[in-house]
Amino acid sequence: MTDKIRVVIAKPGLDGHDRGAKVIARALRDAGMEVIYTGLRQTPEQIVATALQEDADAVGISILSGAHHFYFEKVISLLKEKGAEDIIVFGGGVIPDEDVPDLIAMGAGAVFGPGTSTGTTIDWLKKAVAKDE
Amino acid sequence: MSVLSSKILNGDVRGIARAISIMENKTNRTGVSEAEELMKEIYPHTGNAWIIGITGSPGSGKSTLTDKLIEQFRTEGKKVGVIAVDPSSPFSGGAILADRIRMQRHSDDPEVYIRSLGARGALGGVSNGTRETSLILDASGKDIIIIETVGVGQSEIDIMRIADTVCVVLVPGLGDEIQIMKAGIMEIADVFVVNKADRDGADKVARETRAMLDLLKNKDWIPPVVLTIAEDGSGLPELVSKIDSHKKFMHDTEAGIERIERRLNSEVENLLLSRLVVRAWQLWGENKSNRIKDMLELKTNPYAIVDEIIKNI
Repeated sequence: MTDKIRVVIAKPGLDGHDRGAKVIARALRDAGMEVIYTGLRQTPEQIVATALQEDADAVGISILSGAHHFYFEKVISLLKEKGAEDIIVFGGGVIPDEDVPDLIAMGAGAVFGPGTSTGTTIDWLKKAVAKDE
Repeated sequence: MSVLSSKILNGDVRGIARAISIMENKTNRTGVSEAEELMKEIYPHTGNAWIIGITGSPGSGKSTLTDKLIEQFRTEGKKVGVIAVDPSSPFSGGAILADRIRMQRHSDDPEVYIRSLGARGALGGVSNGTRETSLILDASGKDIIIIETVGVGQSEIDIMRIADTVCVVLVPGLGDEIQIMKAGIMEIADVFVVNKADRDGADKVARETRAMLDLLKNKDWIPPVVLTIAEDGSGLPELVSKIDSHKKFMHDTEAGIERIERRLNSEVENLLLSRLVVRAWQLWGENKSNRIKDMLELKTNPYAIVDEIIKNI
């Protein structure tokens, strides 16, 4: 058996719409992963500290406020600063298609827009973590 | 000393995080030796932290109490480690670990380390790696370690084998005084916390708990009953002071030494058991199909086979 996959699901910023975060957290749980759920209004510093303390394989960021550039950049650069660039960053929420390439260029592994099936995210995450090992 | 052990002793967050994962996953691995070597190296550096267990039913306010306890200990300048255990799914093995939601304001405090663990099938209120996790945090220099168990019912009492001070959290509205008289979790408390004390019936729960304590045979330590409202922090300074009194009691009396002896005993028993199981399974596996065939032909029987395996361990 391999080690259990551990994922932090975080909601940065001020928007309070956590339905998507909860749906994905539940789906990852049902896929056998351990999901560390941080709750709302997290700062990038809190998200990164959580990922480090929890020995997370990946951090999933849910954003519906439009501030995705800022938060992805901040989380990814803080992880680098801590020597933790091996932790995969992915995201979802209301993120326009045309913004996705920018986020990938920053170092995000994948961005899943509205309507993505949870199965797609699970498959991608399992492969991404396996490749990382 | 291994690189990982030095990282733990230096308080390196990623090193601590990695070491805890190794303990959590040790039963998954064919060789348990990496985990065991690590524990041997760090063990001499443990014994400095005071380990507080917080246990009680789901929704009784354990996480919020833990959050407020972190705050209290931080104002005293103490370094705090938190281990928060949540249940794992019996179907998928996955888990939602969400205790830290209530503690997130401490997550970027460098002197606070919070780790969420899935129970992973363990039924005693903590996971199989919880003891090792507390030792790792102890060796990393934490002064206080708070272990929040899974939300428990009546008989999940493994926390008493790990914690120095066990706080059992009660809330009003969960039953009559007969519940309070029952065996199990009500017997392991060093401190009783009646949380949500602003609700109707809190005084009654406190009164009935105290009445039950009057019947204690051993009066060396009578667990205090503290009323708290974790949400607004009411009663928290009193709770900390009762935990301190219990710590003094443990230091100044035989009881403390007995507790440590009991813990060491169960630590050895647990280790023995897990090693023996691994070894026994291995021996059984070696010649399984032939032995099953022999049993089918009544040439041998399960009892004789077990005798043979035990002899070879």
